[in-house]
Amino acid sequence: MIPAKFEYIKASSVSEALSLLNKHGDEAQLLSGGHSLIPAIKLRLNQPKMVVDIGKIPGLDNISEEGNNIVIGANCTHHQIATSSVVQGGVNVLAQTAKEIGDIQVRNKGTIGGSLAHADPAADYPAVILASGAKIEVEGSGGKRTIDATDFFMGIFETALEDNEMIIAIHIPKSSGGVYLKFSQPASRFAVVGCAAIKNDNGVSIGLTGVADCAYRASAVESAYNGDAKAAAAHAVDGIEVMSDNFASSEYRAHLAKVYTERALNALA
Amino acid sequence: MSNYIGQSIKRREDDRFITGKGKYTDDIVLPKMTHLAFVRSPYAHAKINSIDTKAALAHPGVVAVYTGEDCGNFGVPCGWQVNFKNGDTMKEPTHPLLAVGKAKHVGENVVAIIAETLQDARDAAELVEVDYEELPAVTNPNAAIQPGAPQVHDDIPNNVVFDFALGNPKEEVDAAIDGANHVTKLDFKNQRLAPNAIEPRSYIADYDVTVDKYTLYTSTQNPHLIRLLMCAFVLGLPEHKVRVISHDVGGGFGSKIYHYTEEALVTWASKQIGRPIKWTSDRSEAFLTDAHGRDYVTTAEMGFDNNGKIVAFRVHSDANLGAYLSTFSTACPTYLHATLAQGCYTTPLINIDVTATFTNTNPVDAYRGAGRPEMTYMIEHLMDTAALEMKIDPVELRKINFIPAFDGVNQPGYQTQVALQYDSGDYHATLDRALEMVGYDQFRKDQEEARKNGKLLGIGFSTYIEACGIAPSAVVGSLGARAGLYESAHVRVQPTGSVSVFTGSHSHGQGHETSYAQFVADTLGIPMENVDIIHGDTNEVAFGMGTYGSRSLAVGGSAIMKSLDKILEKGAKIAAHKLEAAVEDLEYAEGKWTVKGTDKSIAFGDVSLTAYVPHDYPEGLEPGLDFSSFYDPANFTYPFGTHIAIVEIDKDTGKVTLKRFIACDDVGNVINPMIVEGQIHGGVAQGVGQALLEGVDYDENGQMITGSFMDYAMPRADDFPFFETDRKVTPCPHNPLGVKGAGEAGAIGSTPAVANAVMDAISHLGIKDIQMPITSERVWKAMNS
Repeated sequence: MIPAKFEYIKASSVSEALSLLNKHGDEAQLLSGGHSLIPAIKLRLNQPKMVVDIGKIPGLDNISEEGNNIVIGANCTHHQIATSSVVQGGVNVLAQTAKEIGDIQVRNKGTIGGSLAHADPAADYPAVILASGAKIEVEGSGGKRTIDATDFFMGIFETALEDNEMIIAIHIPKSSGGVYLKFSQPASRFAVVGCAAIKNDNGVSIGLTGVADCAYRASAVESAYNGDAKAAAAHAVDGIEVMSDNFASSEYRAHLAKVYTERALNALA
Repeated sequence: MSNYIGQSIKRREDDRFITGKGKYTDDIVLPKMTHLAFVRSPYAHAKINSIDTKAALAHPGVVAVYTGEDCGNFGVPCGWQVNFKNGDTMKEPTHPLLAVGKAKHVGENVVAIIAETLQDARDAAELVEVDYEELPAVTNPNAAIQPGAPQVHDDIPNNVVFDFALGNPKEEVDAAIDGANHVTKLDFKNQRLAPNAIEPRSYIADYDVTVDKYTLYTSTQNPHLIRLLMCAFVLGLPEHKVRVISHDVGGGFGSKIYHYTEEALVTWASKQIGRPIKWTSDRSEAFLTDAHGRDYVTTAEMGFDNNGKIVAFRVHSDANLGAYLSTFSTACPTYLHATLAQGCYTTPLINIDVTATFTNTNPVDAYRGAGRPEMTYMIEHLMDTAALEMKIDPVELRKINFIPAFDGVNQPGYQTQVALQYDSGDYHATLDRALEMVGYDQFRKDQEEARKNGKLLGIGFSTYIEACGIAPSAVVGSLGARAGLYESAHVRVQPTGSVSVFTGSHSHGQGHETSYAQFVADTLGIPMENVDIIHGDTNEVAFGMGTYGSRSLAVGGSAIMKSLDKILEKGAKIAAHKLEAAVEDLEYAEGKWTVKGTDKSIAFGDVSLTAYVPHDYPEGLEPGLDFSSFYDPANFTYPFGTHIAIVEIDKDTGKVTLKRFIACDDVGNVINPMIVEGQIHGGVAQGVGQALLEGVDYDENGQMITGSFMDYAMPRADDFPFFETDRKVTPCPHNPLGVKGAGEAGAIGSTPAVANAVMDAISHLGIKDIQMPITSERVWKAMNS
């Protein structure tokens, strides 16, 4: 497939990328691993005038331990995260989740920053990002700020990122126990329902993806959970408008959300 | 004697395929080549009020822009005429190269833009302005024939292509169903499938003004048939002025049999602009426009007596042929479908009734199995359903009804109620072997135990038969085929004894370069390395009907055998002359003629050299060692087998997991077991795909909502266990190799086995049937309604 013509610029620094965004506004789009942007460009559903490649900016693909957090650079690929001993040691559920994404080719190219910024409502990471209480470090022309995961996802392909901001890193609190279970859409293998459950000081936190227009923290489940997984999981879609598509009606999807929440809670226990 | 037949020799062609060195159409780059892009209809049904191409024409690099008005007189034909029950000719609308007046399905070609680069062509396509007036659309074959339904073609009332019946008189069948002890009745939809060959369709046309000749490079399964259809029925070109080349082709599954509008368009346009033109489909276009498969809405009933014997089988189907008639579309729901209604059973009364309809959807045609998977699904799904209803073991029910074994030599073939005569078969043999492989008795115990533990396990059977090796020309001609279905072969022995075989079969994944060389080398007693198989070029191969319907070895291989016989017969005359012996005193083995009872012999290569350097030569004999043959089969061939699926169902989610799949097939004699097994594996994967995953869906406006691999669930390796396969051999009695064909068996047999396994797992919950694809949600809903 042949995309519409666009200008390609390879940014060598965050500031260069941001200044291009500032200068060109809506006409410029960021390219990282390309696994969300390129298909849309190929189908001409997306026709940016300029593509700013941030995939090779130095320093954005590090994984490190900072105090109680694991810090993952925005350009880290899913493969890098799945196989990182730092991630496996600090927040293993994220490594396990990364392993579930797409296929080998996708995992070798796709990045966590790109996935989060794209905010596909059926992407895998958001469930874990939410359940772990992660913070998203972003930078714009006004400087850096961090956004709580719970404030980050706002709708279908919609995040709290301003137009001229980009993700720099994800700060994820370490956790000792966590699980991510998903019911895959058979064609795309995205999550029809994906549930992350992570132990914390107060009990358990639950992130659900695939269910609604964006991933969410299932706080009704968290507060109801007292060891009875089934009873707590019944609250998985409380107050949520559940999506419907060719692969799962809202009724079935809501049911799956409960089943997978229960399974995740049981797997964690 | 060399002994290649029966050996799993690695495929010669795979070296180039797996190292990226295949020569596919899109790999070809010709000097001065231009590129074509289409503007396709975004509507399922729309009046075209006007088309403004000015901006596109003005776009840099654009060479030409065509609309339906420019080439409106050409239309691609249907290759098979089926008449109405009353004898009237079927309704065959013109299928224009570019839409004229109305667009009739999403994706129909509306404008062709030819430019220096594909980028230019695609960019210019966005500048074309088409004023459409959207009209109501119809996509379901049953809805299409209801009063007041949108009319796809203004001059074809009620969207009916034809109605058709085959079998015993309907009143007799009705009476037998009415009087049956038990009737099992199912209503179902055999859903539409997208073939999804890995290589998309690709065409290059090159008109050479200096000799007034055309060359068409095309990813087709049958280059000669494309040339014949395009020259004689579309563009009116003399065939000797047109060369069609089909080098490596990356899969077809039926979808590349047909002559497509795009092929004729690039050929026509190449002369208009005097330059080569390439068009390669992208994946989105492939979903929208590669001929789809299946799509029947059916009611089927099977009546049984109190011993479980089938007394009658009655079917009514509405078959969706899409907006236009693709090349073999009309044969699929009729002569490739109704003729299989006997299955492996002694059913005495059968009536198959089909109404074929136009809808505002992409054309439907043969897809791996072509009419036979649909019929097999009905019969085999009814058998297991009836067994559950009558509380008879499904294996027992089959054994009660099987046609007894017959070899077609000592026992005659079996005459069915639906026009065919089966050549040979032993249906108990494959069933018994498959039962042994699966461990049936143990499974039933495991199943009971699993149910106690809240797990849902099921087993499903399919004892299928198919008719392939198509086909005897006189028979298909009497049934409406507009082509013969014989095959040609030309075997050229080179002077030094190596052999070039030119076959009208076409290999697009089947491995002919290997399996054909195996039996040619064995027959001549020479090394395989000395045999080359050439196909896919109308200038090299005299004629051919191509590859589909599991016909290559049974028909194409038989044609080669005929030429080999002629070569050995002439070679014997030369050998006899050189050995100063009588032909009757010679025997041929291990690549040489020997005077019986002596050590006097002459090698094949010495005979071939003599044939081309005929200094000391039999009087009156022509030089050379080079023979052509045409083989028209005496009958179809009838492979059969037993497929067994075991599934487990997650009772919380309805998700079906295929735990085991057992296939014991009988495809007659086998040249290369590895290739046959590969065919079975691939076919099973496609058949299971239909049962559990795949389906093309159009919404109520005729928009395809499954037009990408993100939305259309293709089966993948991790959807399957490793298949357990075995074979039985009942040779075909009417062709020289005794082969029956293996290309479609897997896809025909497997689908009902999986559906039956699902029902076996959950029917005790009061569930009667679930439509395909048997998705998790459908199972969950059935379990919770």
